[in-house]
Amino acid sequence: MPNGILVVTEYADERFRRSAYEVVSEGRRLANQLNTPLSAVVLGSDVLAAAAELKHYGADRVLVCDAPELRDFDSDRFTSILFDIVTTRQPRIVLFSASIRDKQLATRLAAKLDAGLAMECTGLALEGEKLIATRSMYGSKLIARVAIEGSPQIAVLRPNVFPAATVESAGDVERVEFKPADARVRLIEKKPSASKLDLTEADVVVSGGRGMGGPDFSVLERLAGLLGGAIGATRSAVDEGWRPHADQVGQTGKVVSPKLYVACGISGAVQHMAGMGLSGCIVAINTDPDAPIFRYADYGIIGSLFDLVPAITQEIERRREVK
Amino acid sequence: MNVVVLLKQVPDTESLIEINAAADGIKAENLKWIMNPYDELAVEEAIRIREKRASGKVTVLSFGPERATTAIRTALAMGADEGVLINDPALGKTDPMLTAKVLAAALKTLPFDLVVAGQRAVDDDSYSVPSAVAEYLGIPMIGMVVRQEINAGTIRCEQSLQDGTAVVEADLPALLTTQRGLNQPRYASLPNIMKAKKKPLETRNLAAIGLDAAQFGPGALKTRILSLAFPPQRKVCKMIPGETAEEKSARLVQALHEEAGVL
Repeated sequence: MPNGILVVTEYADERFRRSAYEVVSEGRRLANQLNTPLSAVVLGSDVLAAAAELKHYGADRVLVCDAPELRDFDSDRFTSILFDIVTTRQPRIVLFSASIRDKQLATRLAAKLDAGLAMECTGLALEGEKLIATRSMYGSKLIARVAIEGSPQIAVLRPNVFPAATVESAGDVERVEFKPADARVRLIEKKPSASKLDLTEADVVVSGGRGMGGPDFSVLERLAGLLGGAIGATRSAVDEGWRPHADQVGQTGKVVSPKLYVACGISGAVQHMAGMGLSGCIVAINTDPDAPIFRYADYGIIGSLFDLVPAITQEIERRREVK
Repeated sequence: MNVVVLLKQVPDTESLIEINAAADGIKAENLKWIMNPYDELAVEEAIRIREKRASGKVTVLSFGPERATTAIRTALAMGADEGVLINDPALGKTDPMLTAKVLAAALKTLPFDLVVAGQRAVDDDSYSVPSAVAEYLGIPMIGMVVRQEINAGTIRCEQSLQDGTAVVEADLPALLTTQRGLNQPRYASLPNIMKAKKKPLETRNLAAIGLDAAQFGPGALKTRILSLAFPPQRKVCKMIPGETAEEKSARLVQALHEEAGVL
């Protein structure tokens, strides 16, 4: 009889992704409702000490596979280890966070197990024994309630949506032995991006569109820097070559849900809304009072972003100095 | 070098999406259907691989209803050589894992050295089909590719990661998924649209790819849509008044602090 909840966390560049805490916290919430134990899995190199941190988010047990060959992500190796862990421990629910890496891992695991999978979930609920997921479809135009069939039930949670909450937990850390599978995809070179802050995990995203008029995003960068946020861009800004593709927010880019989204010189095409419509608070700055973005925004300012964004930055700085 | 492109037809991203009477699907009528944007990149890349070698074939494979032939024809007009549509009247609803099983079974009947797929389809946004297909076929998968090069049975790719890019390599056969930036898909010219009408496009049922339709009934679904709804309406936008940029900014920052609580 499957029992327990297993959450898979992502440890990269000597730290947990923020979404790791979110997924453990959501696992804790479900484990309390089902009165079942919660285990968190960490795969990496030199992770044993850091792994204990997950106890503070409610993991009853932290399962650690620690080996030099797990330092870099390898889809084959990681899938095979997770498959072994899941088939040995038989959890009823497995949770992942929807990073590029773990979307792939979760899918391969589901295929191997012939299990059900719900991707990019924005809510989870238990109806009796069954896990029901909420997820957006059709470019965030619709919200679906989805039943996950089979066992285990696998859900992949959208980052920045589920709250991370620390709790007292008397968990333990268990080292798990594993057989390293052959890596069929060989890593030749890694090129880290200049910014350590991932767009999908940022609390604040300051985005620019066609209204930027060119590749100079420095006014947005100053505001984002002050707020500890990340820079986003519309498809047209990316197509113009003003920003890298990695910055694109929208239906053919990243889907973000920060607490604050500042849309600068963005008209508000539906394809862009698909990538940021679920943000907590949306501020739109545009010279065109009829821009569709004002239909979706919480706060709108009509005017030039080149006047307004520096003024907003200055105002936030001023307030901070007063404090 | 034979390349198979996995293709999905999706509603135009501009479309107004309506929910059906049972609230478990969308109204398919009156929609404009297009090739999934990420699959356009896949078709383009496959054609470029064939053009570079001046040998081999690009086959476009889709699993979907009859109307999906329009999207396949578009790919043929771009320059793909052949199309295969898997369509079986016995099939009702599907889900990403089931779709992947069907595509993997179809791929076993086609010669290929490389499979190219869009990283996700912009209708169900499930991101699952390519990884699951690779898993079912037992071939390596490289996701979110922005650049690739093939040399003597090996493919080297640059791929997008969460925080940067990586260069990786795998032996063929392999599957890769596309990321924006890989290429600029070409438009089909009018003569090529005409030519595409004569290119082979075959529809096959499940039996033809060695699958038993009885195992693809409603009970086979691993994820089931219980209901669809529109997202909650956002509140009406508050326009910030003011004469100068400073005045407006002060009001906005105050509102973000005191009302929204986000600063």
